[in-house]
Amino acid sequence: MSQHYPTLLVTVPLLAAFIISAAGWINKRLCFPFAVATLTVAAYSCVGLLFRVLHEGVVHYRLGGWPPPWGIAYYVDQLNGLVLSVISVSALINLIASKRSIEREFPEKIGPFYTLYVLFVTGMLGITVTGDAFNLYVLLEIGSLTGYALIAMGDKDRAPLASLNYLYMGTIGACFYLLGVGYLYIVTGSLNMVDIASILPGLYQSKAVMTAFIICMVGMWIKMAFFPLHGWLPNAYTFAPSASSSLIAPLMTKVMIYVMIRFILTVFTPKFAFSTLAVSDSVVWLAVIAIVMGAIFALAQRDLKKMLTYIIVAEVGYMVGGAWLGNRAGMTGAILHIVNDALMTLCAFLVVGNIVYKVKGYSFEDLKGLFSKMPFTMGAFVIGALSIIGVPPTCGFFSKWYLISGAIQASHYGFVVALLFSSLVNVVLFFRIIEIGYYEPFGDHHGHDHHPEPMAEAPLSMLVPLFIVAAGLVLVGLYTGDIVNHIIQFVIPKGLL
Amino acid sequence: METITSIKPLLAVLVSLLVTPILVSSRASNVREGWTFVAATAKFLIVLSMLPTILKGTEIVYTVVEFLPGAAIKFRVDALGMLFAIVSSSLWIVTSAYSIGYMRGLKEHSQTRYFCFFAFALSSTIGVAFSANLLTLYLFYEMLSLATYPLVTHHQDLEARSSGRKYLLYIMGTSIGLALPAMLICYNLAGTLEFSKQGFLAGTASKPLLGLLLFMLIFGFAKAAIMPLHAWLPAAMVAPTPVSALLHAVAVVKVGVFSVVRVLTGVFGTNLLLSLDFSPFIIFVASVTILVGSFIALTQDNLKRLLAFSTIAQLSYIVLGVGLLSPKGMIGGIVHIAMHAFGKITLFFCAGAIFVATGKKNISEMIGIGRRMPVTMAAFFIAALSITGVPPCGGFLSKWYLVLGSLEAHQIAILVVLLFSSLLNACYFMPIVYKAFFCRPEEAMFKNTVQEAPLFCVVPLVVTALISIILLFYPQPFFRLASMMVHSITGT
Amino acid sequence: MGDFIQALVAKYNYWIYITLMMIGLYAMIAKNNLIKKIVGMNIFQTAIILFYVSIGVKKGGTLPIIEHGHGAHSHVVHAVDYINPLPHVLMLTAIVVSVATLGVALALGIRIYNRYHTLEEDEILSQIREK
Repeated sequence: MSQHYPTLLVTVPLLAAFIISAAGWINKRLCFPFAVATLTVAAYSCVGLLFRVLHEGVVHYRLGGWPPPWGIAYYVDQLNGLVLSVISVSALINLIASKRSIEREFPEKIGPFYTLYVLFVTGMLGITVTGDAFNLYVLLEIGSLTGYALIAMGDKDRAPLASLNYLYMGTIGACFYLLGVGYLYIVTGSLNMVDIASILPGLYQSKAVMTAFIICMVGMWIKMAFFPLHGWLPNAYTFAPSASSSLIAPLMTKVMIYVMIRFILTVFTPKFAFSTLAVSDSVVWLAVIAIVMGAIFALAQRDLKKMLTYIIVAEVGYMVGGAWLGNRAGMTGAILHIVNDALMTLCAFLVVGNIVYKVKGYSFEDLKGLFSKMPFTMGAFVIGALSIIGVPPTCGFFSKWYLISGAIQASHYGFVVALLFSSLVNVVLFFRIIEIGYYEPFGDHHGHDHHPEPMAEAPLSMLVPLFIVAAGLVLVGLYTGDIVNHIIQFVIPKGLL
Repeated sequence: METITSIKPLLAVLVSLLVTPILVSSRASNVREGWTFVAATAKFLIVLSMLPTILKGTEIVYTVVEFLPGAAIKFRVDALGMLFAIVSSSLWIVTSAYSIGYMRGLKEHSQTRYFCFFAFALSSTIGVAFSANLLTLYLFYEMLSLATYPLVTHHQDLEARSSGRKYLLYIMGTSIGLALPAMLICYNLAGTLEFSKQGFLAGTASKPLLGLLLFMLIFGFAKAAIMPLHAWLPAAMVAPTPVSALLHAVAVVKVGVFSVVRVLTGVFGTNLLLSLDFSPFIIFVASVTILVGSFIALTQDNLKRLLAFSTIAQLSYIVLGVGLLSPKGMIGGIVHIAMHAFGKITLFFCAGAIFVATGKKNISEMIGIGRRMPVTMAAFFIAALSITGVPPCGGFLSKWYLVLGSLEAHQIAILVVLLFSSLLNACYFMPIVYKAFFCRPEEAMFKNTVQEAPLFCVVPLVVTALISIILLFYPQPFFRLASMMVHSITGT
Repeated sequence: MGDFIQALVAKYNYWIYITLMMIGLYAMIAKNNLIKKIVGMNIFQTAIILFYVSIGVKKGGTLPIIEHGHGAHSHVVHAVDYINPLPHVLMLTAIVVSVATLGVALALGIRIYNRYHTLEEDEILSQIREK
C-alpha cells in the first residue's frame, strides 16, 4: 500500500471526482462525506510520503511499470513532499470549513462543486508529484480549468467575466509553458525531468535551451500572477465564492512557485539559471517592483478580499525574488514561504469566509464592530495578519528572515528595502481593518456607554478549522528550524552557497 | 561564568499567559481579579526564587527552540535581567490592586479584555528581561507592542484611535524599519545574536557600518522614547491610568531602555564603544532628550501629559548613565531603572486617584486638592522628591551615582545637564504640591472635607511611596545586581 | 538577403507557428468582442499544436507503423526511417485540453451574455460601472 502513495494521491481524487459527481445525482448530501474521505486519503498519503522521503530519501514511482523516458515517472523528494502535504492538508481543512458556506451560497450545485473541488486538488497534487514535463502541463490545465469553473460560480454579476479573463491569461501562460517544453523536447528528445537534466548540461550554450527556459518561466509567471502579469488575479479571487477563493488563493500561485523552483533546481541547474543566463538581477528587480506595487495597490482597496488579493501579488514577489537571489538563504526563504504563505493566505481567506457567512459582505463598511460580534474569528484574523506582517513567533517572520538574509548576502539592498516596505504597508493595511472592527461604530466620549454589538459568531464547523490554521501559523513558526534542517536543506544543491 | 539550565525563566514568562483562559471564562469579576492576583504573585515568587542563584554569580539559561545556530528563542537570567524582572513583577501586584479600584470606580467597560492583555503584556516584559539574544528580545518586544495596543486604546473612541495609530506607527514602524534590518545585518556579520559580556560585533565591520547599526538599534527600539521618537508616549496617555502607570512608566518604556542597554552592553560591548568613540553620540542624544523633555514638561497643564514628558526625560538618564561607559555611571543608570519605576508609578497612581475621586485631569483645576486628598498628595510629594533626586528618597542614590559617573568620565558638561535637569524637575513638580496644600481659602477648589479615592486606589500608592523612601536606606539588592552586571562586563 | 530567405524557407514551420501565435495574441488583446477573443485564444493554442506536430517530421521518414508488426519474420527497425510519433501523441492530449478550455470559455460567454445581453467588453464594463 505505502509504496503506491505517489499514485494514490492522484488517482484516488481523480476517480473519486466521478463518484462524487454520480453521488450528487442520487443524493446531494452524499457528496460531502465522499469528498472528505477522498481528501483524507490524499492527505494521509501525502504526509505518509513526506515521512517516507525523510527516512529513505527520494521515492521513484513508475506509472504502469514503464521505465523513463518512455513512461511517466513520479519523483518525490523533500521539496514536493513538503508542498504535497501543504496542498492536501489545506485543501482538506478548507473543505471542512467551507461546508456551511457552500450550502448557503449554492445549495443546488453542491454535487458539481465538490466534483470540481476534488478535481482541482487532483490537478494541484499532480503538478507537484509528476516528474514529467508534459504530464505537468496536462495536470496544470486540469487544475486551471476546474479553477475557472470554481471561480465562475461566485458573484453572478462579476465572477463570469473575471473568470473568463483569468481563462485567457491562464491559457496563454499554459501555452507558453507547453512551447518551452517543446523546445526542450527538440533539444533533448525527452520529457522526463531527470532525463532532461542529465542531457542538458552539455547544451547550456544552445540558444534553443535558453529560449526554452525563458519561455517556460514567462508561462509560469503568468500562472503565478507575477507583476506585471498579475492582471487576472485580483478580480478572479475577489468575486469567487468564498469556498473557492480560500481553496484557490492559497494553492494555485504557490504551486506555480514550486514548479518554477523545480525547474531552476532540478530540470536546469542553479548555475545555468543564475550565472549562464545573467538575468537573475533583473528578475529580482522585477520582484522588487512586484512587492512595492502589490503593496501600493493593496492600500488603494476598499474591501477586505480585494486587499488580500493584492497582498498575494506582493507575496508572489517575495518568493520569486527570494528564489532568484541565487543563494542558499534566499532559496530557503522562498521554499519556506511557499508553506507559510499558503497557510497565511488560507487563514486570511477562511476569515473572509466566516465574515461573509455572518455579515454577507466583505467591504470595509461591513467590518464595523466585528471584534465584539465575532471575537474568535477576528482573533484568528489578527494572528494571520501578524504572520503576513512578519511578527515573531508566527511563521511569516521566519521566512522573511531568510529572505532578507539572502538579500543581504547577495548585497541586493533593493530587495531588503522592498521587503521592509511591504511589512510596514502590511501593518497599515491590517491595522486599518482592525481599527474599523475595533472602534466603529463609535460610542460616546470615553466609551463608558459603549454598547458592544451582541456576539454572532460563525458556526463551530467553520471556527475549529480556522483555529487549527491559526495555531499552525505559530507552530510552523516555532518549528522553522526543524523544517529547514530536515527538509529544505536537502532540496537545495550543495553548490548553491 | 557558571550557568545552570532551568525551566524557571520560561515559567516566569508563561505563568501570566496561562491564566488568560481562566480570566476569559470567569463570569464573576471577583474570581477574575482573584486569578490575576494569583498569577501576579506566582510570577513574582518565581522571579524571586531565582534571585539567590543570580546573587551567587550563576546564570540560568533555558533554550525553548533553536531555529538557526546562534539565533534561538532562549532565556538567560543575569543580574541586569533580574533587576528589571523584580521591578516589573513586583509592581504588577501593586498595579493589579490599583486597577481594581480604578476600573470599578469608573465602571469601565470590557474589564475582562483589560485584565487579559495586562497579563499578556507582563509576560512579554518578563520575556524581554530574560531574553538571551537579540532575536528573543525582538520577539517579546513586538509582542509587548501588540499586547499594549488594546490597553492604550481601551476607550475605543476617536481620540483613542488616533493615539493608537501614533503608538503603532512609532513603535512598530521603527522596530520593523530599523531594528529588524539591523538585527539581520548583525546576524550576517557575526553569525550569532547571543548577548555576550563583550558584545559580539567587535571586529566584524568597519566603523561607519557599526555606527549605522548603533543608530538603527538605538532608534529602532523606540519604546525608549529618545527624541525625536518620543511623541507616542504623551499620545498614549489616553489609556486608563493604571495602564499608563505600569506600562508607560514601568513596563513599556523600561523595556525600550532595557533593550537599548542590552544593545550597548551585550551587542556592542563597552570596549568596542570606547574604542570606536561612540560614547559622545549616545550622551549627546540622551542629554538633549533630558533637557528638552524637562522643558516641555514645564509647559504642560494636563497632569498625565506632564508625567509623560517627565518620563521621557528620566528614561534618558538611564541611557546617559550607560552611555557614559564608566562603571559608576552605568551602575547609576541601571539602578535608576528601579528608582524611577517606584517613583513614577506612585505619581501616576496619584493622578489616577485624583481622576477617580474628582474627575479632574488638569493641574490648574487641582488647587487646594491637598485638603481633600491629603494621603494621595503626600505620596505625590514623596514620589516627586524621588524623581527630582532629593533625599530621603531612593532617586537620590541613582542620581548621585550618575553624577559620580560623569565625574569619573570627565564629562563636566554632563554634570551640568544632570544638575540643571534636577532643578527643572523641581520646577515642574513643586508648584503642584505647593498649590495643593498651601493656597488661600478663596482659591481652593475643594471643600475641606477629606474624601479620598477608593481604598484599592489609595493603598497601592501609599505602598509604592513608602518603598521609594525605603529604597534610600535599603538599596542593596538593586545595587548589588547592578554592580554585578557592571563588574562582569568591565571585568573590574 | 539570400541567407535570410534561405533561413526563412528552411524553417518555415517555425515562422508559420509564430505568425499564427501572434495573430491569436493580437485577437486576444485587441478585440473587444469576447467571442473573438476566444477565437484568438483557440488560434493561439492551435499554433502550438502545429509547432509540435511539425517537429516530429524527418526528411524521408514515413508513418511510424511497423508493417510486419506481429512477427511473421522479425526484421530490424531503423528509427531514422520513421517520423517521431511522440509529439503527435502528445498533441492528442493537448487538443483535448484546448477543446475543454474552449468549452469552459464558451460556457462563461453564455453566462455573461445572459447577464448583460451583450458580448462587447466595453459595454459590459460600462454596465458594471453604472451600478
